[in-house]
Amino acid sequence: MERKKVTIDGNEAAAYVAYNLNEVCAIYPITPSSNMGELCDQWASEKKLNLWGIIPTVQEMQSEGGASGAVHGALQNGALTTTFTASQGLLLMIPNMYKIAGELTSTVFHVTARSIAAQALSIFGDHSDVMAVRQTGFGMICSGSVQEAMDFALISQAATLESRIPFMHFFDGFRTSHEVMKIEQLAIEDMKQMISEELVLEHRKRALSPDNPFIRGTAQNPDVYFQGRETVNKYYDACPGIVQKQMDKLAGITGRNYNLFDYYGDPQADRVIVIMGSGAEAAKEMVDWSNALGEKTGMIIVRLYRPFSKGHFMKALPQTVKKIAVLDRTKEPGSGGEPLYLDIVNAISESFSDGTSELKSFPKIIGGRYGLSSKEFTPSMVKAVYDELKKEQPKNHFTIGIIDDVTFTSLEFDPDLSVEAPETFRGKFYGLGADGTVGANKNSIKIIGEETDNYAQGFFVYDSKKSGSMTTSHLRFGPKPIRSTYLINKANFIACHQPTFLEKIDMLEDAVEGATFLINTNLSKEKAWEALPKKAQNDIISKKIRMYIIDAYKVAKETGMGLRINSIMQTCFFAISNILPREEAIDKIKKSIEKTYGKKGEAVVKMNYDSVDKTLENLFEVEIPKTATSTKKLRPAVLEIAPEFVRKVTSMMIEGKGDMIPVSMMPADGTFPTATAMWEKRNIALEVPVWDTKVCIQCNKCAIVCPHAAIRPKVFNETELNGTPETFKYTKYRGKEFGETALYALQVAVEDCTGCGICVEVCPAKNKQETRFKAINMMPQEELREKESVNFDYFLNLPEVDRTKINMTSVKDTQFLQPLFEFSGACLGCGETPYVKLVSQLFGDRSVIANATGCSSIYGGNMPTTPWAVNKEGRGPAWSNSLFEDNAEFGLGYRLAIDKHNEYARSLMKKLASVIGEKLADEILNARQDDESGIYEQRIRVSELKKKLESVKSDEAKSLIWLSDYLVKKSVWIMGGDGWAYDIGFGGVDHVLLSGKNINMLVLDTEVYSNTGGQTSKSTPRAAVAKFSAAGKTTAKKDLGLLAVSYGNVYVARVALGANDTQTLRAFIEAEKYDGPSLIIAYSHCIAHGINMRTANTNQKAAVESGYWPLFRFNPELIDNGESPFKLDSKPPKISLQEYAYMETRYKMLTKSHPEEAKFLMKLAQDDVTKRWKIYEDLSADYQKAIVKI
Amino acid sequence: MSKVDLTTHYLGMTLKNPIVPSASPLSRDIANVKRMEDAGASAVVMYSLFEEQLTHEAMELYHHTSYHSDTHAEALTYFPEQAGYILGPDEYLEHLHNIKKSVNIPVIGSLNGCTDGGWTKYAKLIEEAGADALELNMYMLATDLNTNSQEIEDIYVETLRSVKANIGIPVAMKISPYISALANFAKRLDDNGAEGLVLFNRFYQPDIDLENLEVVPNVLLSNSQSMRLPLRWIAILYGRINASLAATSGVNTAEDVIKLTMTGASVTQMFAALHKFGIEHIRTVLNDIETWMIEHEYDSLKMMRGSMSHKSVANPAAFERANYMKALNSFM
Repeated sequence: MERKKVTIDGNEAAAYVAYNLNEVCAIYPITPSSNMGELCDQWASEKKLNLWGIIPTVQEMQSEGGASGAVHGALQNGALTTTFTASQGLLLMIPNMYKIAGELTSTVFHVTARSIAAQALSIFGDHSDVMAVRQTGFGMICSGSVQEAMDFALISQAATLESRIPFMHFFDGFRTSHEVMKIEQLAIEDMKQMISEELVLEHRKRALSPDNPFIRGTAQNPDVYFQGRETVNKYYDACPGIVQKQMDKLAGITGRNYNLFDYYGDPQADRVIVIMGSGAEAAKEMVDWSNALGEKTGMIIVRLYRPFSKGHFMKALPQTVKKIAVLDRTKEPGSGGEPLYLDIVNAISESFSDGTSELKSFPKIIGGRYGLSSKEFTPSMVKAVYDELKKEQPKNHFTIGIIDDVTFTSLEFDPDLSVEAPETFRGKFYGLGADGTVGANKNSIKIIGEETDNYAQGFFVYDSKKSGSMTTSHLRFGPKPIRSTYLINKANFIACHQPTFLEKIDMLEDAVEGATFLINTNLSKEKAWEALPKKAQNDIISKKIRMYIIDAYKVAKETGMGLRINSIMQTCFFAISNILPREEAIDKIKKSIEKTYGKKGEAVVKMNYDSVDKTLENLFEVEIPKTATSTKKLRPAVLEIAPEFVRKVTSMMIEGKGDMIPVSMMPADGTFPTATAMWEKRNIALEVPVWDTKVCIQCNKCAIVCPHAAIRPKVFNETELNGTPETFKYTKYRGKEFGETALYALQVAVEDCTGCGICVEVCPAKNKQETRFKAINMMPQEELREKESVNFDYFLNLPEVDRTKINMTSVKDTQFLQPLFEFSGACLGCGETPYVKLVSQLFGDRSVIANATGCSSIYGGNMPTTPWAVNKEGRGPAWSNSLFEDNAEFGLGYRLAIDKHNEYARSLMKKLASVIGEKLADEILNARQDDESGIYEQRIRVSELKKKLESVKSDEAKSLIWLSDYLVKKSVWIMGGDGWAYDIGFGGVDHVLLSGKNINMLVLDTEVYSNTGGQTSKSTPRAAVAKFSAAGKTTAKKDLGLLAVSYGNVYVARVALGANDTQTLRAFIEAEKYDGPSLIIAYSHCIAHGINMRTANTNQKAAVESGYWPLFRFNPELIDNGESPFKLDSKPPKISLQEYAYMETRYKMLTKSHPEEAKFLMKLAQDDVTKRWKIYEDLSADYQKAIVKI
Repeated sequence: MSKVDLTTHYLGMTLKNPIVPSASPLSRDIANVKRMEDAGASAVVMYSLFEEQLTHEAMELYHHTSYHSDTHAEALTYFPEQAGYILGPDEYLEHLHNIKKSVNIPVIGSLNGCTDGGWTKYAKLIEEAGADALELNMYMLATDLNTNSQEIEDIYVETLRSVKANIGIPVAMKISPYISALANFAKRLDDNGAEGLVLFNRFYQPDIDLENLEVVPNVLLSNSQSMRLPLRWIAILYGRINASLAATSGVNTAEDVIKLTMTGASVTQMFAALHKFGIEHIRTVLNDIETWMIEHEYDSLKMMRGSMSHKSVANPAAFERANYMKALNSFM
């Protein structure tokens, strides 16, 4: 049977089968598995039918724990049910996995294997998560490629129905889940052949039914639990045979043969590697290469890991084997070895012990770790393992792929060895996040895969920033099957889609001789050559590289494409690489454009067509001179004056050389210095704000809205000016509070600014002569870079404002406070970071922050640099991230510890009062710390205390020296997004709010799971589109604020900085001052809203003006004063909800995709707003009466 | 049953009276159109299909749903894929089609194109959707220093010719008064097949926000004063071109309708009054016209149509440019 060839990624491959073979998908988004759930939801919304002609129900839950519960429930009621997850999500499913397995329930969980957060979180791939559930009783089948992800998804489903053992089908996160490969798609008919209707019916018959009642899930006692546990043995014994049977059945249908343990290599091999997952593909390349050179190597690929079949494994081993290396993609500290290694040792040992082994001798077995967190795993590393096995005493418990210079576990390997087939095309494309490079390359590989006979593979690498990020696309295609499950390090095509990257990356290092180099540049042929760094010129000459240039931005501008150069660069690639005849290639590109954008309107298609048509006339080959003339060098990743750790470690990560950092240079416990973002000068802005001193009214609104702390005001005296740079601008300060002669400067960190322009939008001051100009205006960054970076350094060295002189309720005043959160990797115009920065300004020097996993933990804590900063006294926020689900509890733990330290310090103070001095002790113990001057004075007293204690020789005094810092008030901030606060962490949020403890909770409410790509949360508003609400969210947003108000003991505020900065500021101050739990819900605009981020504050204003986002503050303390605790800070709605909502794509797109639903839901949503406004008004008018009603 | 004959002929259609609600947001709701019919409107002009807006909406959707795609490993997209979007003119055409099904009065489509192909393509689609006639809502602010009036007028005429060549339903040209030689221009449109002229298009008139130093939109609804301009030009053109004439701007009362009819208008289009007094105001105006006609012993509108036009009045110079100076002279 001729089957369709498709070029898809592993997630789609698995989801395709899962969708067809299930009726219910209960899911929760988590990287890298989210796409599987999203695809199923998309297909369901497109009304695609499954194998049985029904549309599966895709139900998003509040957590993976919830998803597994729903799966369990659906299974118990006889539905074919699945879920998709990874990492922490899988861990949250463990309790239900035990139940599902214990009850012998047929299901398949599809898992993108990913690291587990230990010393740090990582979204990337390894087997830490799947190995952590190997004890649950689930069967475990591992796919190592995209084709296998599809095949094994089917085999798993067939096997679970027959064996009744639930299965976890897993494949490597990112490497397989996100790798785009040309594969043969299973036909519906294939699935029908594999899935027995009889077994499906048996599964259904085990359902709970009042028509055939029974109970399951009982509690058992010591008399029978044990025996009950042993009842399942026969099912597990039978399972491997069933899986092999299903593998054989699929082989009969498709011709693709799989075994529980697949042997590959020389039948007489003396050295064998045992491996599971995508690494096997790279290992195969090395086996072929080394055996071709006369070596005798082999490998066993583990397909079915649980139930582990000793017999099948032993049969797979060649009898000649003398040495075995077992490779685990996980780490179990403190164990006798990693799990696969232990299983293999056990299998061989038992076989020898029970006499079933057919091996000639007991082989030497070593185990090693590789590929944690998607660490590269290459044939060269495989070679290093085989070479190690040659040794008399090979290293056991080794590592490969890193440099372990501490416990010396690592094996050396040759990073330059390449065993790839020379006829395979290998292209690397460096693009800017938002320029469409990855999308274009995905299209290209689809075209090549589906329109030619070539095998094709695409893999895409993203950096850790959300703004100005670099993407690297790795494209391979050729006549031979592609098994290279690793990045390209020998490229014959390199494309630089952003000329600025040439200053930062040595991208021609990987070019092979005769390679092609394409640059997007606005320079002429001659100038483009001159602009290259010397190393690049030398590489081009010595490697005989052909160089082409295109001014893609010019073409994009002329054709209306803006900054998206996808179709243009794609056309260049096809034109230069000659994969297809030029005309045919252009025709295919256009067909692909039509397919991709057709539903988005003719204008979009036409614009892309135009850009394709205009490309070739702007594509030129550069004649290469004989000698390199450039004097340019690559820009250093960090400044020379940076601290040692930053220069030696951080800089390597920034340069993309993190793989070379040895173990000794990594902190042992995941602890890193803060204040490192300041050293990474990213220079990503094309334009930056420039200050006009004459127009400025010194309101500092630009500073409070800046998401990246890149525009800063300062007041100072003339006497503090020394060696002022010529271009440093300052003017007379307009107020009197800092003295008659105070000066004012507004300085931009042009190298750190992202160029979002949000500051210019909020600037209220206009040039009276020419009203298009304001007090700050966007100007090209490049020509300002040098002088303004000098000015910014000078600005930083001017003294910071005296915090005790600041009016903390004044927006203008507080913006003189140093931001201790700066230059994060958040998106351009991010709506969250201004709140985070405000916390850092107001309380940063005495705050500890618990940050839920999500956007804020990524821009706040993703390597290589951290935006959390320190002041000149060395104080600053201390930050940590525990998990997604437990952040409120984590933060409460902070408070408990801090209170305990304070309590102990106070008791020691009392004990040591005579040594300290009664007066000082009394002053410290009874200090007023409700404002900056109180805190300042307490710090002086504590400093004095420490001095006095230094000379006291007692353990208590030593303890008190450390504890004394806790005599200064600490501010605990618990922050995260709505996914945490409304959904997965809500139980904890609720509990902590009712704990009565003094914590401050900040909910950065973007109304979707922003970090994982905009999935629906319970904060998502009715009538808005989000993932899993493709036809608009049908239920209203949960009113978390009102819930908290109803408790009566919580300070609650709803704020929107862009609508009312003063109210926001007051809420933060009051919340922090409140001696109890406080909750601030902060409107955070987001790219997931589909808005112009530059003008996002107008959306915030409209949200408030429509009554959708009523601003309020609820302060329980006011009840005692006889005042109304509920202050409604908004005016009654003056625009309709839809006037606000239809400013945003998330709402508006529904009018284009589901117009009737849009009308219906918008009406309901308007009713929500009207009703809620009435409740708020009532609360404001008469709180006591209204709260009783609520 | 009307005691007087209010019938009129416009764009080749016989209408029961001259009251035609003009292109406005009111027609976005079918219920409104039904109310117009019930109140006595003889036809309705749909709100305009703006080609530029369709393009903008498509581009905006494309931008926001693709911007930031594939930039971060955890979030390759930010919106769910939809099976399709109703972009382009589909929504408008479906709405027009539904209006046609809901009412018995003629429905006149309205189109504002921005590309050569757009005008003809959308005109054809509007015809296919069932429109009885088409009003080309043409306006072009000639802000380019290098474009002269001839070039602008040529564009109007060319557009009319291409649309006419592609559709069979009658076409009215809704034009602005800012044309140097309006009479000649009207004749050119007439010569090139326009079945009707709608006088005049009211432009968006920006205002200045003094506090924020910003140019702001300020929608000014017309009042009876506003009809002086169409009144004069209808008077001048009546009987001199074949195209039927529609007056729009400032038609508020029965007196306004009567005056415009006397100058030669076949129909009078209303929006501001309906916005202000409600759709049922049509009935009031019709009743008032009847009352006035009975009181003044007019049997039909035909009797009065053109009676006060340039060619019929005793002092045609009163409509001419020097009119105001003469008035001053006579006062002196």
